[in-house]
Amino acid sequence: MSQYVLRRLLIAIPSLLGISLVLFVVLAMAPGDPFAELATNPNVPPEVAAALRAKFGLDDPIHLRYLHWLSAMAHGDWGFSFVSRMDVDQLILQRLPATLYVIGSAQILALLIAIPVGVYAATKPYSLFDQIANTLAFVGFSLPTFFTGILFILIFSVTLDWLPLVYTTDVKGTGIRWVLEMIRQAIMPVAVLGLFQAASMTRFVRSAMLDVIRLDYVTTARAKGLGQAKVIVKHVMRNAMIPVVTLIALQMPAVFGGAIVTEQIFRIPGIGSLLISSILANDTPVVMAVTFVFACLVVLFNLIADVLYGWLDPRISLR
Amino acid sequence: MAGLTLASPSAERGVYSPWRETWRRYRRHRLAVISAFLLLVLVLAVVVGPFLWRLKINDIDIVAGLQGPSLAHPFGTDDLGQDILARMIYGGRISLAVGLAAMLVSVVVGTLIGSLAGMSRGALGHGLMWLTDLFLSLPQLPLLLLLIYLFRDGLKQMFGPEGGIFILIVLVIGGLRWMPVARLVRAQFLSIREKEFVEAARALGASPVRQVVRHILPNAVGPVIIAGTIDVAAAIIAESTLSFLGLGFPPDTPTWGRLLFDAKDFLDIGPHWALFPGGAIFIAVVAINFIGDGLRDALDARRVI
Repeated sequence: MSQYVLRRLLIAIPSLLGISLVLFVVLAMAPGDPFAELATNPNVPPEVAAALRAKFGLDDPIHLRYLHWLSAMAHGDWGFSFVSRMDVDQLILQRLPATLYVIGSAQILALLIAIPVGVYAATKPYSLFDQIANTLAFVGFSLPTFFTGILFILIFSVTLDWLPLVYTTDVKGTGIRWVLEMIRQAIMPVAVLGLFQAASMTRFVRSAMLDVIRLDYVTTARAKGLGQAKVIVKHVMRNAMIPVVTLIALQMPAVFGGAIVTEQIFRIPGIGSLLISSILANDTPVVMAVTFVFACLVVLFNLIADVLYGWLDPRISLR
Repeated sequence: MAGLTLASPSAERGVYSPWRETWRRYRRHRLAVISAFLLLVLVLAVVVGPFLWRLKINDIDIVAGLQGPSLAHPFGTDDLGQDILARMIYGGRISLAVGLAAMLVSVVVGTLIGSLAGMSRGALGHGLMWLTDLFLSLPQLPLLLLLIYLFRDGLKQMFGPEGGIFILIVLVIGGLRWMPVARLVRAQFLSIREKEFVEAARALGASPVRQVVRHILPNAVGPVIIAGTIDVAAAIIAESTLSFLGLGFPPDTPTWGRLLFDAKDFLDIGPHWALFPGGAIFIAVVAINFIGDGLRDALDARRVI
């Protein structure tokens, strides 16, 4: 097993390199020059600007610039944000916990809804419950997160006044009140993101279960006299979860997209809203770094999915 | 073939043309038929709408600002007193056009890469599939935002503010969504290229291009149509998301997402302003997704309905 995890880690490195290459090429192809401001500023003499260009290697051939940039990123030297007046890695570390808190809770909520609903729908295909669940799932993933977010605010904040409109990091109160307030303000963003995820996951779970439930070994388990609950949970679900894990991992880029939108609607100070505000403020080092962090998170979740495979199906880790 | 399939139910009813058979199967999916009708109404509304509803999209009348639906303004007005129905008709043209154009980009790129990967038996195929997997693990929305941030100004200068952004958004959305199509096409090619009729064409001296265009591609088109349909919905959502984040079309172009972006600060006093464009996005997307579902039933020849 540990050998399998190690091999997966080694496979993740080329994809990280590939993603970094794509990002760098995009940046290098883009019109405009990060030093344009210096060049047009009359207070900066041209020789200073030229010296700066030479120092940062902007006139080097492109493959050398890529290697420079890559080694700087690997050393943790992610640049300096001129807008926030702090190092980019500090800024991102400050913002990351809020994002992970919301995304993580939303994924847990989605699993808690999708697995029971999908499994139950698959045990009674084409029943009334299955049809209602299917239609709701369809509606759920057709509702874009920005519209559900606005609907939630309209219903629960504006009309009913149950939940706070805006998310804050410095919640008032201490102890148990602080915890309750933290949970209360996260309900809406987590629900928006979680329900969207749950909609597509329910369909994955249902179709994966339906594929497995017809197999002969399930009939054998029933013939042995095992109860329905045991057959479904121990025999069917474990095998049905393998494709579901892949599909969930493939969904991760979409989850981060949804997180950016929800952070923007509910003003959560995470890296998604940092990305938007840096784009609006032309803060290139932060934009690049946040995009790269999102890419790393996607690769990380793919890695976790691979490890989960090894646990769900031991044959895979032997190969 | 006909002699072998006599026992199947469709053979007894006589032979239909493929398109009629598809329509017969599609009709069975009731929600898909309703959705097709809804989408038709929506498309007609945005195409014919400006000729019937003659209010301008930028007639400012501050006194009549933020009014709810009334006879003069069926969908109400925004904070500057501009008619929301007129703005939605105009924005709907853009949103739907972006969806269609981005779908065409992703289908063309995906089919091209998928067929190349499906026909090649060597390193090219492996390389293209590695590229596809790499693109699949890119974080799409951040990359979309990054590309628009970097290239916005250049294209604006070349093609004007609206045209430049339209080209950029279509290319970027389409360029980040071709991967599922490429995988589908490749999977279809791998099985179809070994079939006897392709072998017969090869034996008769058909060039690889002719094999693909005349024999393989027409048989691989079903899944591509389904994926393309769903891509339209995804592209509409992507465009609205960009506009909603304030990074899509310029502020004076009222796409549906942009209307929501402008409305979100007035939810307490003018909820209608957000509800109508949001509802339009939802109806368009859910209708297209149901149509895709209906097509899946209709085009999957293995299923007997």
